[in-house]
Amino acid sequence: MSGHDHDHDHDHDHPHESIAGDESPIATRARALEELLVEKGVVQREDVRRNVDWLVSRSPADGARLVARAWVDPDFKERLLADARAAALELGLDPGPSPVVVAVENTERVHHMVVCTLCSCYPRALLGPPPDWYKSLPYRSRAVSDPRGVLEEFGVELDDGVELRVLDSTADIRYLVLPRRPPETDGFGEDELAALVTRDSMIGVAQPA
Amino acid sequence: MTFRVGDRVRVSDRAHEGHHRTPGYLKGRSGRVERVHGGFTNPETRAYAGDGLPERTLYQVLFGRDELWPGAADRTYVDVYEHWLEAV
Repeated sequence: MSGHDHDHDHDHDHPHESIAGDESPIATRARALEELLVEKGVVQREDVRRNVDWLVSRSPADGARLVARAWVDPDFKERLLADARAAALELGLDPGPSPVVVAVENTERVHHMVVCTLCSCYPRALLGPPPDWYKSLPYRSRAVSDPRGVLEEFGVELDDGVELRVLDSTADIRYLVLPRRPPETDGFGEDELAALVTRDSMIGVAQPA
Repeated sequence: MTFRVGDRVRVSDRAHEGHHRTPGYLKGRSGRVERVHGGFTNPETRAYAGDGLPERTLYQVLFGRDELWPGAADRTYVDVYEHWLEAV
Protein backbone atom coordinates (compact mmCIF):
# COMPACT_ATOMS: atom_id res chain seq x y z
CA MET A 1 0.00 0.00 0.00
CA SER A 2 1.39 3.35 -0.90
CA GLY A 3 0.63 6.49 1.02
CA HIS A 4 -2.70 7.73 2.15
CA ASP A 5 -5.99 6.03 1.22
CA HIS A 6 -8.18 8.81 -0.05
CA ASP A 7 -11.26 6.63 -0.40
CA HIS A 8 -11.94 6.49 3.32
CA ASP A 9 -14.66 8.55 4.96
CA HIS A 10 -13.42 11.88 6.18
CA ASP A 11 -14.63 12.49 9.69
CA HIS A 12 -12.14 15.29 10.37
CA ASP A 13 -12.24 18.78 9.00
CA HIS A 14 -8.60 19.81 8.63
CA PRO A 15 -7.34 20.38 5.13
CA HIS A 16 -5.32 17.78 3.35
CA GLU A 17 -2.40 19.54 1.78
CA SER A 18 -0.21 16.74 0.61
CA ILE A 19 1.35 18.04 -2.56
CA ALA A 20 3.29 14.88 -3.28
CA GLY A 21 0.19 12.82 -2.64
CA ASP A 22 2.25 9.83 -1.67
CA GLU A 23 4.07 10.66 1.53
CA SER A 24 5.64 8.47 4.17
CA PRO A 25 3.85 7.82 7.48
CA ILE A 26 6.36 10.02 9.32
CA ALA A 27 5.71 12.89 6.88
CA THR A 28 1.98 12.44 7.41
CA ARG A 29 2.49 12.62 11.14
CA ALA A 30 4.67 15.74 10.85
CA ARG A 31 2.05 17.37 8.64
CA ALA A 32 -0.71 16.54 11.12
CA LEU A 33 1.35 18.02 13.97
CA GLU A 34 2.00 21.15 11.97
CA GLU A 35 -1.72 21.50 11.23
CA LEU A 36 -2.56 21.23 14.91
CA LEU A 37 0.14 23.67 16.01
CA VAL A 38 -0.96 26.22 13.42
CA GLU A 39 -4.62 25.69 14.30
CA LYS A 40 -3.89 26.25 17.99
CA GLY A 41 -1.81 29.31 17.24
CA VAL A 42 1.41 27.85 18.68
CA VAL A 43 3.33 28.46 15.46
CA GLN A 44 2.73 30.35 12.24
CA ARG A 45 2.94 28.43 9.01
CA GLU A 46 5.39 31.03 7.74
CA ASP A 47 7.74 30.30 10.69
CA VAL A 48 7.72 26.61 9.84
CA ARG A 49 8.50 27.31 6.20
CA ARG A 50 11.28 29.76 7.08
CA ASN A 51 12.91 27.31 9.50
CA VAL A 52 12.76 24.44 7.04
CA ASP A 53 14.25 26.69 4.36
CA TRP A 54 17.05 27.66 6.73
CA LEU A 55 17.76 24.03 7.66
CA VAL A 56 18.02 22.78 4.11
CA SER A 57 20.06 25.80 3.01
CA ARG A 58 22.91 24.89 5.38
CA SER A 59 25.76 22.77 4.08
CA PRO A 60 29.08 21.29 5.19
CA ALA A 61 30.81 23.98 3.13
CA ASP A 62 30.55 26.33 6.09
CA GLY A 63 32.19 23.88 8.47
CA ALA A 64 34.85 23.23 5.85
CA ARG A 65 35.69 26.94 5.74
CA LEU A 66 36.27 26.91 9.51
CA VAL A 67 38.52 23.87 9.21
CA ALA A 68 40.53 25.25 6.29
CA ARG A 69 41.09 28.56 8.07
CA ALA A 70 42.21 26.71 11.20
CA TRP A 71 44.70 24.69 9.12
CA VAL A 72 46.36 27.80 7.70
CA ASP A 73 46.07 30.14 10.69
CA PRO A 74 47.22 28.79 14.08
CA ASP A 75 45.84 31.81 15.93
CA PHE A 76 42.43 31.24 14.37
CA LYS A 77 42.66 27.57 15.33
CA GLU A 78 43.18 28.55 18.95
CA ARG A 79 40.15 30.81 18.81
CA LEU A 80 38.10 28.06 17.13
CA LEU A 81 38.99 25.55 19.83
CA ALA A 82 38.28 28.10 22.55
CA ASP A 83 34.89 29.20 21.18
CA ALA A 84 33.69 27.78 17.88
CA ARG A 85 30.59 29.94 17.87
CA ALA A 86 32.63 33.12 18.01
CA ALA A 87 35.04 31.75 15.39
CA ALA A 88 32.16 31.06 13.01
CA LEU A 89 30.81 34.57 13.49
CA GLU A 90 34.31 35.91 12.83
CA LEU A 91 34.19 34.28 9.35
CA GLY A 92 30.71 35.63 8.76
CA LEU A 93 29.13 32.19 9.19
CA ASP A 94 25.87 31.47 10.99
CA PRO A 95 26.66 29.22 13.99
CA GLY A 96 22.97 28.47 14.53
CA PRO A 97 20.77 28.69 17.60
CA SER A 98 22.89 26.53 19.91
CA PRO A 99 24.37 28.75 22.60
CA VAL A 100 27.61 26.75 22.68
CA VAL A 101 29.47 25.12 19.80
CA VAL A 102 32.58 23.17 20.73
CA ALA A 103 35.28 22.23 18.23
CA VAL A 104 37.63 19.36 19.11
CA GLU A 105 40.92 18.73 17.34
CA ASN A 106 42.06 15.43 15.90
CA THR A 107 45.82 14.95 16.12
CA GLU A 108 48.36 12.17 15.64
CA ARG A 109 47.55 11.04 19.16
CA VAL A 110 43.84 11.73 19.62
CA HIS A 111 40.82 10.97 17.43
CA HIS A 112 37.36 12.35 18.20
CA MET A 113 34.01 11.24 16.82
CA VAL A 114 30.56 12.64 17.53
CA VAL A 115 27.22 10.95 18.14
CA CYS A 116 23.86 11.81 19.64
CA THR A 117 22.72 8.58 21.29
CA LEU A 118 19.33 10.05 22.22
CA CYS A 119 18.26 11.48 18.88
CA SER A 120 20.09 13.45 16.19
CA CYS A 121 21.71 16.52 17.79
CA TYR A 122 24.15 17.84 15.22
CA PRO A 123 25.75 21.17 14.31
CA ARG A 124 23.23 21.69 11.51
CA ALA A 125 24.08 25.36 11.05
CA LEU A 126 27.65 24.50 10.09
CA LEU A 127 27.21 21.03 8.54
CA GLY A 128 23.71 21.05 7.10
CA PRO A 129 21.17 18.29 7.76
CA PRO A 130 22.70 15.15 9.31
CA PRO A 131 23.11 12.07 7.12
CA ASP A 132 20.53 9.31 7.62
CA TRP A 133 23.06 6.95 9.16
CA TYR A 134 23.82 9.52 11.88
CA LYS A 135 20.18 9.25 12.98
CA SER A 136 20.05 5.45 12.75
CA LEU A 137 19.85 3.24 15.82
CA PRO A 138 22.89 1.16 14.83
CA TYR A 139 25.16 4.21 14.63
CA ARG A 140 23.72 5.80 17.75
CA SER A 141 24.25 2.68 19.83
CA ARG A 142 27.47 1.36 18.35
CA ALA A 143 29.24 4.73 18.36
CA VAL A 144 29.42 4.38 22.13
CA SER A 145 29.55 0.58 22.54
CA ASP A 146 31.84 -0.29 19.60
CA PRO A 147 33.28 2.91 18.13
CA ARG A 148 36.42 1.26 16.70
CA GLY A 149 34.23 -1.21 14.84
CA VAL A 150 32.18 1.68 13.47
CA LEU A 151 35.30 3.53 12.36
CA GLU A 152 36.59 0.42 10.60
CA GLU A 153 33.35 0.20 8.66
CA PHE A 154 33.83 3.82 7.61
CA GLY A 155 37.34 2.92 6.50
CA VAL A 156 39.18 4.71 9.30
CA GLU A 157 41.99 2.70 10.83
CA LEU A 158 43.50 4.32 13.84
CA ASP A 159 47.19 3.78 14.45
CA ASP A 160 48.15 1.90 17.59
CA GLY A 161 48.32 4.19 20.54
CA VAL A 162 45.84 6.73 19.21
CA GLU A 163 43.39 7.64 21.93
CA LEU A 164 39.77 7.41 20.78
CA ARG A 165 37.33 9.93 22.24
CA VAL A 166 33.59 9.80 21.60
CA LEU A 167 31.41 12.84 22.26
CA ASP A 168 27.75 12.09 22.96
CA SER A 169 25.88 15.35 22.40
CA THR A 170 22.91 14.84 24.66
CA ALA A 171 22.00 18.44 25.38
CA ASP A 172 22.41 22.03 24.18
CA ILE A 173 26.03 21.78 23.06
CA ARG A 174 26.96 21.06 19.45
CA TYR A 175 30.27 19.41 18.60
CA LEU A 176 32.38 19.81 15.48
CA VAL A 177 35.53 17.81 14.76
CA LEU A 178 38.56 19.64 13.42
CA PRO A 179 40.14 16.84 11.34
CA ARG A 180 43.85 16.43 10.68
CA ARG A 181 45.24 18.27 7.71
CA PRO A 182 46.13 15.76 4.99
CA PRO A 183 49.81 15.28 4.21
CA GLU A 184 51.34 16.87 1.13
CA THR A 185 49.04 19.86 1.16
CA ASP A 186 51.74 22.44 1.88
CA GLY A 187 51.17 25.45 -0.29
CA PHE A 188 47.48 24.69 -0.79
CA GLY A 189 45.28 27.77 -0.60
CA GLU A 190 42.40 27.99 1.83
CA ASP A 191 39.81 27.22 -0.85
CA GLU A 192 41.74 24.18 -2.05
CA LEU A 193 41.98 22.94 1.51
CA ALA A 194 38.28 23.55 2.19
CA ALA A 195 37.46 21.37 -0.82
CA LEU A 196 39.21 18.45 0.91
CA VAL A 197 37.13 18.73 4.08
CA THR A 198 34.23 16.29 4.01
CA ARG A 199 31.13 16.29 6.15
CA ASP A 200 32.04 12.89 7.59
CA SER A 201 35.49 14.11 8.59
CA MET A 202 33.84 16.82 10.70
CA ILE A 203 31.74 14.15 12.43
CA GLY A 204 34.93 12.19 13.02
CA VAL A 205 34.19 9.09 10.93
CA ALA A 206 36.53 9.94 8.06
CA GLN A 207 39.92 11.50 7.39
CA PRO A 208 40.27 14.13 4.69
CA ALA A 209 42.64 12.87 2.01
CA MET B 1 24.83 20.65 44.06
CA THR B 2 27.48 22.30 42.00
CA PHE B 3 30.63 20.66 40.75
CA ARG B 4 34.00 21.79 39.51
CA VAL B 5 36.28 20.50 36.79
CA GLY B 6 38.00 17.37 38.06
CA ASP B 7 35.27 16.37 40.52
CA ARG B 8 34.27 12.70 40.56
CA VAL B 9 30.56 12.27 39.98
CA ARG B 10 28.06 9.47 39.52
CA VAL B 11 25.02 9.63 37.28
CA SER B 12 21.86 9.06 39.27
CA ASP B 13 20.38 5.60 38.71
CA ARG B 14 16.80 6.79 39.08
CA ALA B 15 14.03 6.22 36.57
CA HIS B 16 12.25 9.19 35.07
CA GLU B 17 8.84 9.21 33.48
CA GLY B 18 8.79 11.43 30.44
CA HIS B 19 11.34 13.33 28.40
CA HIS B 20 14.83 13.60 29.80
CA ARG B 21 18.31 13.90 28.32
CA THR B 22 20.26 11.45 30.47
CA PRO B 23 21.06 8.33 28.42
CA GLY B 24 20.16 5.04 30.08
CA TYR B 25 23.63 3.60 29.52
CA LEU B 26 25.10 6.15 31.91
CA LYS B 27 22.77 5.65 34.84
CA GLY B 28 24.72 4.53 37.88
CA ARG B 29 28.05 5.11 36.08
CA SER B 30 30.84 7.23 37.49
CA GLY B 31 32.93 9.80 35.71
CA ARG B 32 34.82 13.05 36.07
CA VAL B 33 33.71 16.58 35.32
CA GLU B 34 35.64 17.85 32.29
CA ARG B 35 33.86 21.11 31.45
CA VAL B 36 31.24 23.32 33.00
CA HIS B 37 29.11 24.47 30.07
CA GLY B 38 26.99 26.87 32.13
CA GLY B 39 23.30 27.21 32.94
CA PHE B 40 20.62 25.97 30.55
CA THR B 41 16.88 25.66 30.71
CA ASN B 42 15.66 22.26 31.84
CA PRO B 43 14.52 20.13 28.88
CA GLU B 44 12.39 17.99 31.18
CA THR B 45 9.90 20.80 31.65
CA ARG B 46 10.59 22.66 28.41
CA ALA B 47 9.46 19.55 26.53
CA TYR B 48 5.99 20.04 28.00
CA ALA B 49 5.61 23.73 27.18
CA GLY B 50 7.18 24.79 30.48
CA ASP B 51 9.68 27.60 30.74
CA GLY B 52 12.52 25.28 31.77
CA LEU B 53 13.28 27.39 34.82
CA PRO B 54 15.17 27.29 37.05
CA GLU B 55 18.15 26.81 34.77
CA ARG B 56 20.32 23.78 35.45
CA THR B 57 24.07 23.73 35.16
CA LEU B 58 25.21 21.49 32.32
CA TYR B 59 28.45 19.56 32.72
CA GLN B 60 30.55 17.62 30.29
CA VAL B 61 31.43 14.40 32.08
CA LEU B 62 34.20 11.99 31.06
CA PHE B 63 33.60 8.23 31.38
CA GLY B 64 36.38 5.70 31.01
CA ARG B 65 36.00 2.44 29.13
CA ASP B 66 35.88 0.43 32.35
CA GLU B 67 32.67 2.24 33.34
CA LEU B 68 30.93 1.39 30.07
CA TRP B 69 31.77 -1.51 27.73
CA PRO B 70 34.99 -3.37 26.83
CA GLY B 71 34.66 -1.99 23.29
CA ALA B 72 33.90 1.60 24.33
CA ALA B 73 36.17 4.49 23.43
CA ASP B 74 39.13 5.30 25.63
CA ARG B 75 37.15 8.33 26.68
CA THR B 76 33.43 8.94 26.28
CA TYR B 77 32.27 12.49 26.95
CA VAL B 78 28.63 13.16 27.68
CA ASP B 79 26.76 16.33 28.64
CA VAL B 80 24.74 15.79 31.83
CA TYR B 81 22.59 18.25 33.79
CA GLU B 82 23.48 18.80 37.42
CA HIS B 83 20.31 17.31 38.87
CA TRP B 84 21.35 13.96 37.39
CA LEU B 85 24.77 14.02 39.05
CA GLU B 86 25.74 12.89 42.53
CA ALA B 87 28.99 13.52 44.33
CA VAL B 88 31.15 10.41 44.66
